[in-house]
Amino acid sequence: MALLRVEGLTCERDDRVLFQDLSFEVGSGEVIQIEGPNGAGKTTLLRILGGLLQNWEGELYWKDRPMSEVRTEFLANLLYIGHKPGVKAVLSPLENLRAWSALHEPVSDEKLMAALARVRLTGYEYVPCGSLSAGQQRRVALARLYLSQAPLWVLDEAFTAIDRSGVEQLEALLAHKAQRGGAVIMTTHHVLNLPGALRKIRLGKVQETPEVLEEGDLL
Amino acid sequence: MKVWFYRLGSPKWFYEISERWLPWLAWSSLLLIAVGTVWGLLFAPADYQQGNSFRIMYIHVPAAFLAQSCYMMMAVAAVISLVWKMKLCDLVIVAAAPLGAAFTFLALFTGAVWGKPTWGTWWVWDARLTAMLILLFLYFGVIALQHAIQDKVASARATAVLILVGVVNIPIIKYSVDWWNTLHQPASFKLTEKPAMPAEMWLPLLVMVLGFYCFFAAVLFMRTRNEILDRERRTQWVRELVKKVSSR
Amino acid sequence: MSMPRSLSTVFMAILRRDLLLAFRRRHDLANPLVFFVIAVSLFPLGVSPEKSFLAEAGAGIVWVAALLATLLSLDGLFRSDFEDGSLEQLVLSPSPLYVIVLAKILVHWLVTGLPLILLSPVLGLMMYLSSDQIVLLALTLLLGTPVLSLVGAIGAALTVGLRVGGVLISLLVLPLYIPVLIFGAGTVNAAASGLSVAGYLALLGAFFMLALVLAPLATAAALRISMTNS
Repeated sequence: MALLRVEGLTCERDDRVLFQDLSFEVGSGEVIQIEGPNGAGKTTLLRILGGLLQNWEGELYWKDRPMSEVRTEFLANLLYIGHKPGVKAVLSPLENLRAWSALHEPVSDEKLMAALARVRLTGYEYVPCGSLSAGQQRRVALARLYLSQAPLWVLDEAFTAIDRSGVEQLEALLAHKAQRGGAVIMTTHHVLNLPGALRKIRLGKVQETPEVLEEGDLL
Repeated sequence: MKVWFYRLGSPKWFYEISERWLPWLAWSSLLLIAVGTVWGLLFAPADYQQGNSFRIMYIHVPAAFLAQSCYMMMAVAAVISLVWKMKLCDLVIVAAAPLGAAFTFLALFTGAVWGKPTWGTWWVWDARLTAMLILLFLYFGVIALQHAIQDKVASARATAVLILVGVVNIPIIKYSVDWWNTLHQPASFKLTEKPAMPAEMWLPLLVMVLGFYCFFAAVLFMRTRNEILDRERRTQWVRELVKKVSSR
Repeated sequence: MSMPRSLSTVFMAILRRDLLLAFRRRHDLANPLVFFVIAVSLFPLGVSPEKSFLAEAGAGIVWVAALLATLLSLDGLFRSDFEDGSLEQLVLSPSPLYVIVLAKILVHWLVTGLPLILLSPVLGLMMYLSSDQIVLLALTLLLGTPVLSLVGAIGAALTVGLRVGGVLISLLVLPLYIPVLIFGAGTVNAAASGLSVAGYLALLGAFFMLALVLAPLATAAALRISMTNS
């Protein structure tokens, strides 16, 4: 069954048409990678899917119902990790996860510590995130992947600042998620190694319609 | 009915309709304002208390009416823009805000000019002038916010929210300023407090008010048309229009 | 799938989080308060230290300074969350944004407004206010500073993520503060002339109720709109 369906999505930003009439479906068990050159609108597309942006045309459907009707249910089923991971610098990884999980589902501290262990932050649980490296901070956000039951994951540049073994681990996690019937929509510059489940959608520069006027035409 | 409503929101439709209305509005405003000014300045009887200086009322009162009506209109447009997401309303708000600010400033300026011969100072903190000053601040806020946000759609929505917050506050501000005024000025000068204005006095005023409204509508239409052309420049109909104009 | 949490749970979670954040940055919290005291002190220095002037103008001076000090602190209400992506997460939460916003505003008031109220008697003394007036001043601030936080949050939400931030918030929010200022300071002055103040305090209470209901709605709408600004 299609979890998320996009129909006729058109978005214009800063006088550039990012994409026009884009339609696709995301079903259970799929990992979709949105790819394209820088500035092609990958992040914009993800933000539209998450419902963060408003200046677009088209239709979004969650489980075959219009998004406007089921938005709360959609949000309850979504885990979104954006470009900026949402990690507070003055709080420790444990405190960050505690605050996040208090909003979503109650999780014991042991489970939080276990998730931090999975992202190899053992020993750093009580250090203020501001003192951690960029990669470590991103791993605090990625720890949510081990805690969330949400069927749909939307990940923007999830692999940023992650080292080789972290990448392998994340790929395994994504594959496992797809196997269990979840779905992932992501962007990354990294070359993904996910046999079978991966589908790619390419965004590119929309053909610029040629200018009607030459310089000096209206004199 | 619904079709009419959605057609109303189409910028292209507005552009075409306004093209026909504009000459009427422009000429009416010119006529009405000319007649009203001459009548008010030359032919209306002099006020028994204030002599000839009260004639500034013929500019001050219409300007004040318009300053407030413009904000109300922007508030209605803001509601329609936020609830029904009608693009035309966004454009009307962008066009109207500086216009409303200009009328408010005119009202303040003429109010001050009126004040000088009447009570000797260029400015007085009476309830109405002060409330008008605060309205000017509200307009400035709207214009500043509009320009501060780059994304056109976000800018329109944010401005709409701000306008609605302002409109809820306007009665509160009026009430507060009136109360504040009674605390400090037991005998307050009311600028248009006349026991009964004879017809020779209020008829030219009516003419001026109508003229100002026509003028406001004319300029608003012109500014909105500009915004439409700017915002819709990628569409087919604008490009053809430009081609037509440039090939003349 | 996460079950939407109950409203009170979400409220308490945000309250705890923001109080913890404020506590970790407690040195920054003193800045608006120091500004408050300095601003009040400027008036005797710039105008006149005479009792006749200060006693009459004192309530107004303290109120204006409280307004300006609150304005200074508003920019930080959403900015840090915006910059590290936490605001995005809050907007994407299935719980009503209204409740989240209300919790954040409460923390803002606890951390900015409440200290102002507690400092006001000291400043009242410096302005030669009588003890009755000082009590009344604190009372009007108690009713008024929550309104300042609530309405100010709307301005902060409309401008979060914009580079201009600070001054723009003041421009948007100060006209909206004027009624609270008029009634806040005016009540103290009215009492000095012997008028009964119960009605004015009730009015300030009404402002508070109105702001409590409407301001978080406008703030939540503004936050969603500002998500485009990143």
